[in-house]
Amino acid sequence: MTSWIFAIVQTLCVVLLAPFMAGWVKWLKCKLQNRQGPAPWQPYRDLLRLSKKQAVVAETASPVFRAAPYIVFSVTVVAASIIPVFSVEMPTAALADVIVLVGFFALIRFFLSLAGMDVGTAFGGMGSSREVTISALAEPALLMAFFTLAMNASSTNLSTVVSHFGQSQFILHPSLIFSSMGFILVALAETGRIPIDNPATHLELTMIHEAMILEYSGRHLALLEWAAMLKLTLYSVLIVNFIIPWGVAMTIAPQALAIGVLSVTGKLLILGAFLAIAETVQAKMRLFRAPHFLGLAFILSLLGMISHIVLEVR
Amino acid sequence: MDTYPVLTVAQLAIFLSFLSAVLPLLFLRQPYLLVRTAFLLLGSAGLAAAWAGGVTLLTNHAEQVVLPIGLPWLHVFLRIDPLAGFFFFIVGFVTFTTACYGPAYLREHIGGPHPVGTLTFFTGLFVGGMLLVLLAADAFSFMIAWELMSVASYFLVAYQHHKAENRSAAFIYLLMAVVGGAFILLAYGVLAGFSDSFSFTAMAAAPLSPTWATIAFVLAFIGFGMKAGIVPLHVWLPQAHPVAPSHISALMSGVMLKVAIYGFVRFVYSLIGVIHWQWGVAVLLVGAASAVLGVLYALMQHDLKRLLAYHSVENIGIIYIGLGLSMIFHATGHMEIAALALIAALYHCLNHALFKSLLFLGAGAVLQQTRQHDMEKMGGLIRRMPVTATCFLVGCISISALPPFNGFVSEWLTYQAALQGPVLRSGILGAIIPVASAMLALTGALATACFVKVYGVIFLGLPRSPQITEAREASLGMRSAQVILALCCLLFGIFPTWAVSAINVIAENLLGTGLLKDASDGWLWLTPIGKQTASYGALPILLGLLASWLLVYFFLHPLKRDNQIRIAPAWECGFGPLTPRMQYTASAFAMPLRRVFSYLWYIREKFEPPQHGKPARYSLQVSDWLWLFLYLPIGKLILHLAKRASLIQGGNLRVYLAYSFFTLLFLLWVIV
Amino acid sequence: MLITTLSLPEQLVLTLAALILLTSFIMLAQVRLDSLINTFAMQGLLLFLTTVLMAVIFEEYHLLISAGMTLFLKVFFIPSRLRRLVIDLDVRREVEVLGNPFLIMLFAAGLVLFSYYVALPIRALSLLSTRNTIAISLAVVLIGMLIVISRRKAITQVVGFMSMENGLFFAALVATHGMPMVVELGIAFDVLVAAILFGVFFFHIRAEIGSLDTDRLNRLTEVEK
Repeated sequence: MTSWIFAIVQTLCVVLLAPFMAGWVKWLKCKLQNRQGPAPWQPYRDLLRLSKKQAVVAETASPVFRAAPYIVFSVTVVAASIIPVFSVEMPTAALADVIVLVGFFALIRFFLSLAGMDVGTAFGGMGSSREVTISALAEPALLMAFFTLAMNASSTNLSTVVSHFGQSQFILHPSLIFSSMGFILVALAETGRIPIDNPATHLELTMIHEAMILEYSGRHLALLEWAAMLKLTLYSVLIVNFIIPWGVAMTIAPQALAIGVLSVTGKLLILGAFLAIAETVQAKMRLFRAPHFLGLAFILSLLGMISHIVLEVR
Repeated sequence: MDTYPVLTVAQLAIFLSFLSAVLPLLFLRQPYLLVRTAFLLLGSAGLAAAWAGGVTLLTNHAEQVVLPIGLPWLHVFLRIDPLAGFFFFIVGFVTFTTACYGPAYLREHIGGPHPVGTLTFFTGLFVGGMLLVLLAADAFSFMIAWELMSVASYFLVAYQHHKAENRSAAFIYLLMAVVGGAFILLAYGVLAGFSDSFSFTAMAAAPLSPTWATIAFVLAFIGFGMKAGIVPLHVWLPQAHPVAPSHISALMSGVMLKVAIYGFVRFVYSLIGVIHWQWGVAVLLVGAASAVLGVLYALMQHDLKRLLAYHSVENIGIIYIGLGLSMIFHATGHMEIAALALIAALYHCLNHALFKSLLFLGAGAVLQQTRQHDMEKMGGLIRRMPVTATCFLVGCISISALPPFNGFVSEWLTYQAALQGPVLRSGILGAIIPVASAMLALTGALATACFVKVYGVIFLGLPRSPQITEAREASLGMRSAQVILALCCLLFGIFPTWAVSAINVIAENLLGTGLLKDASDGWLWLTPIGKQTASYGALPILLGLLASWLLVYFFLHPLKRDNQIRIAPAWECGFGPLTPRMQYTASAFAMPLRRVFSYLWYIREKFEPPQHGKPARYSLQVSDWLWLFLYLPIGKLILHLAKRASLIQGGNLRVYLAYSFFTLLFLLWVIV
Repeated sequence: MLITTLSLPEQLVLTLAALILLTSFIMLAQVRLDSLINTFAMQGLLLFLTTVLMAVIFEEYHLLISAGMTLFLKVFFIPSRLRRLVIDLDVRREVEVLGNPFLIMLFAAGLVLFSYYVALPIRALSLLSTRNTIAISLAVVLIGMLIVISRRKAITQVVGFMSMENGLFFAALVATHGMPMVVELGIAFDVLVAAILFGVFFFHIRAEIGSLDTDRLNRLTEVEK
């Protein structure tokens, strides 16, 4: 019973800390670009402000438009509940495994794209069309990377995978190096960061995610922004817990948990710093170079899987 | 009651469907009564079939009967067992929902250029033929029922034969059905050559050398594959489905393709028995190619029913991926994993039947109301047809394999089977299987893209042509059929363990073992291999989704504040009011993917800029490489050879007499 | 060998082998000439590190001499000569890739699997802990050949040829822990001479047919069209 309560509390923590992660990355980017920038807790103020404002819905919108923010946010919250963040002893991880997680992200993308097409403007269609193209090309790489991890750990249950890597001593797996590189590239594409999509752009022609949510306002927009920040946090947690899993608590005993919280938070902050540096150093690539980027991610994941078969087994 | 009279009820179902073909012909003068009677009988046939099939599957029953009709040495063997019962259930259930849908849909064909009696007559024959194929336990009755099914569906496809392209599509369909039937006949011939009779039990016991087994397998693969629609034998599907009436397309795509799968599974698993791993690799690769190519062709279509037909090719590819995995694991001795892959493939058969029929019925409602085939002219239909739109949304989510609906469960099971690849000691096989899974992932993502396009262009946004605004919601029968199918999609998605344990019975019968007995963790969790390896609790996930939705909703709607949403015109950048022409069209939506995968299609794109006051013209033609460079040349070659051969027919009387004269000389010489 | 049974330095050897394969893939898809030469230098550096590591693990210190030769030739001398050649020939810095780079990389992945299949009998016989990397070295050779046949500019074909030699050296290293010194010196001098001769030939080819596009060498045919 306590582990269920812990799982719910952990989910709430991740949901509530997600805006800080996004704010931290943005603050660091501003500092790197020699700007003052908003404080790291600015996203909380933004979400509060948006949720108090009146939502305006276009005349041409349908019930799908009004339901989509709730669906997207709920699915992201459920996805957050199955990923082991601070500890691996989570009964909710038995609800859904890695493949269901990919399915959740696909469900989010489906409803977001539909909402983009709903109002009947050109920008929404543009955003939806680009989003589904990039996700379609990213999905094989994502699944291949997850497969390599699952083949290493002989399970697709997220808790089992993280605890398998967390409990073994330091072993250099070439397959994991390649899959992690591929996974990081895919994570950049799926969370809509530079070089695929610019989260801070104001030009509709360069938007992908922003174009789909362009028509939203008020509490609907707050939910969608929060879901995007939560998605960024979830991908970051997946990266740190799969690649550097030491420090994650194996039980929910208070001492192990404290170490787990500190180490995971520290790793997330460092990953945020790397993300800020990567976004500052690169420029957004044009849409038709994104397939090359994702093709590279697929080749890396494929190499990871081949390395596993050739080098690591028997 | 311990034993249910399943075989009797099954035969009753067949009798009822033949009756639904013949009896309404008494009412040729009263078309409304004709249609009602036909579909009433067809619906009861469907219910009977579903009951018989379901009970056989759940009670793991097998029964055989030998009918004294037919030639004296070739009796008709009928047998129902869990495999046949499962497909019987699929056929029966979809027929029942089609029968609910039919009367309202056919209302517009009454008084049209073709008599409705033809349609109901051949529908009854078609359904009866399919049910008979499932029950047949000897090669002869199987082939007779198969041909009946093919020919009846030809007449259904050719129903609207006043248009030339409909006739040619029906002709291609008949041609490929007959050629496929010939391959199946040859396959049965090979087996019958090694056994003493045509019955399936005799053929199953026949000893086959590996060469002959491979020959029989290849013949059956091509023959059943032509009917199922795998690449490169799929070309009839996108031509025949758009032409047939929508409820017939639902039956063909949802059910007839599954009968082909049944034939293939029965042939390979029951009749040949000993499976080689190379066959499994071939089936796996063909399945993966069909899945990816099917969805890529579907993306480029803007005729709604052609798009759905190409998606059938994709889903058949997914089923073949499951079958291929099952055959590989069976051949290498890992029976439990083979059972898992087989269960995944069969579950996908059920799921595809449900959601594809739902999509075709919804498409039929849309096409009936808008009188358009082209997606590019539709839009905003969600406001005018809300129930159809909701059910179609359920179908779109299911076919894109998204949780928590049923399409996702069968894909999840296929992935789990594929992940057991490392159990095979061979590294090469262990590499092919994950690459095939990556192709499956690509297919799923592209299917999502395609159905976002379909739903967004048809139901959302603004109407793109004036006649769309006159669409009304479909009538009660059509709506209820779609709602039933949508509910089933949801139920099979959130309660997968029951279906899996039911289908497990089939795996036990065909393979000798089913899933590991101690793997299952109760009805709530789907754990096909073990609790630690993988688990999926669909119902808790759905409850969690609903709970978080409610929490968020009530958190954002405190009682004190005014939560009214303001409805305002859409923002149009200050340029003036939005016109429907400003929206993304279907071709525009698919353009990025078209550019990325451009080498897979034969694309002719022409753009004429505006000049001399004439508007700009843009035309895009996307064609199938296989049709242009494989089938058309073969067709031309055959016509060329036929022209050469027709020189025999000189027309000259003396030449014909000379033929008879020289044949007589030859025969005299040979006999003497 | 299951990777968990190897010691950390041996795991590092496997990782370096995988990185060498990655550089082969990168060279296959590289469009610009100077990055191509840099990647080739990087492959040489990784090879040097692998050789040093294996010398330390297996205590076969003659490998250090091979490592030194690799460092001098593959990392410094030949890349600098190639860069010099690029500047002297005034070649455009773009490289044309034949066909679709993604499909070529998929084919290269298939080549890796194929070399794994081919190397299975050798792997079964070997007792060395690095026996799994024999397939990787064969794949590097094959991908080098693929670079030669899929490119049109002569300089990239030279780089592909050199990477084939890298793969051969690597194969000798992991299969038998190095070749006899005479053989090694011989191969090294062959490669050196080839690099110098290529430079001379390129000027002649360019003078003769006006470009370094090897597809245009078919103009030298004497057959009347």
